[in-house]
Amino acid sequence: MNRVSTNATTGGTSGPTAAEFCGHCGESSDGGASATSDVHHTCEELLQLEPPRYCAACRRRMKVQVTPLGWSAECSRHGLLSP
Amino acid sequence: MTMQPDLQANPNTILETARARVLEQGMGLSESQLVEILRLPDDALPATLQLAHEVRLKHCGEDVEVEGIISIKTGGCPEDCHFCSQSGLFDSPVRGVWLDIPELVKAAKETAATGATEFCIVAAVRGPDIKLMNQIKFAIDRINEEADINIACSLGMLTQRQVDQLAEWGVHRYNHNLETARSYFPEVVTTHTYEERLETCNMVKDAGMELCCGALIGMGETLEQRAELAAQLAALEPHEVPLNFLNPRPGTPLENQGLMDGKDALRAIAAFRLAMPRTVLRYAGGRELTLGDLGTREGLMGGINAVIVGNYLTTLGRPANADLNLLVELNMPIKELQKTL
Ligand code: SF4
Ligand SMILES: [Zn+2]
Ligand SMILES: [Zn+2]
Repeated sequence: MNRVSTNATTGGTSGPTAAEFCGHCGESSDGGASATSDVHHTCEELLQLEPPRYCAACRRRMKVQVTPLGWSAECSRHGLLSP
Repeated sequence: MTMQPDLQANPNTILETARARVLEQGMGLSESQLVEILRLPDDALPATLQLAHEVRLKHCGEDVEVEGIISIKTGGCPEDCHFCSQSGLFDSPVRGVWLDIPELVKAAKETAATGATEFCIVAAVRGPDIKLMNQIKFAIDRINEEADINIACSLGMLTQRQVDQLAEWGVHRYNHNLETARSYFPEVVTTHTYEERLETCNMVKDAGMELCCGALIGMGETLEQRAELAAQLAALEPHEVPLNFLNPRPGTPLENQGLMDGKDALRAIAAFRLAMPRTVLRYAGGRELTLGDLGTREGLMGGINAVIVGNYLTTLGRPANADLNLLVELNMPIKELQKTL
């Protein structure tokens, strides 16, 4: 799941949304609230070393830009994320 | 440890031979000698890394070259390199996207501010078209106006005309990797050949640009093939060899290939240094997962003399400060900028 809430910086059309999908694998996730989210623990570790690819709110694949000192990810519906 | 040495000489003899040939005479090891290095047992690893470090200090000096890399065009590549999340032929979560020039210039300035002397602009393409070449020319001019840093490019396979254009525009280094041994290449890439890669590498050198030609290890190649790759790179005499360790990417044919063993990775670093005593040997992608913090330090004390600072093209690296602080701690000064224009 994304460690940043969607719509955090710009451009979203709705308010901040709780994580429903894992930012790494795109599968359903409750953001770590229950034991069933164990399946995404590896994903969460991997998200230390890569930006999220899926929007946590709607599961769309995001446009991700990585630069030497930062990254951003943009969902066409929920706007821009950055670390 | 992947293989036990059986019919090979005593580790001390192997290392003494390597010391005489590489450290003292400045000649790289042969392919069969590299196989012996890659097969050394774990308890010989500290001495192997120590020898590689001495070779690096004697033949390259104590400086470390720092580089930043950036993707101007991500994803949607028509090629099928089986390790790559940017191939448009696999079901990868990486979406196609272009970086705009102001963002690129901003990143170049930020990279220069870390002390880096190299900024490499990369595109996920088979080779550049006119639109990409025009963008590269525009980007080079803007970066040169605003940042003090050497510009490198990695744009796939080039025509002679494109090679000449890049050289004329002041690109001082061009990256085009061999990736793996000639004998393993068809297992990893089917949309172009090893010979096509070599052709671009040779044109780049002939045009007077520095050649950066790298390796990606841990893709299932044998130790013999790893030695073969090091020997093939040595024969090409690139200015720089970036050494990547497979980070298996979701959706690619190699997604289920396990991470390579950290000790095998360190032996490979030492072997590459012993194959190429004078080449810039750069830590590139995958080291965070394969080696972790401790291994990163061991590699820098075992033959590596260059790093990519910060993030990679689609994945994140260690924080830039972590590497820069480590260089200070290891008493390794960052190489200063020598503009080649
Ligand atoms: S040519 Fe480059 S970008 Fe394209 S699939 Fe191969 S490694 Fe990836
Ligand atoms: Zn997940
Ligand atoms: Zn969304």
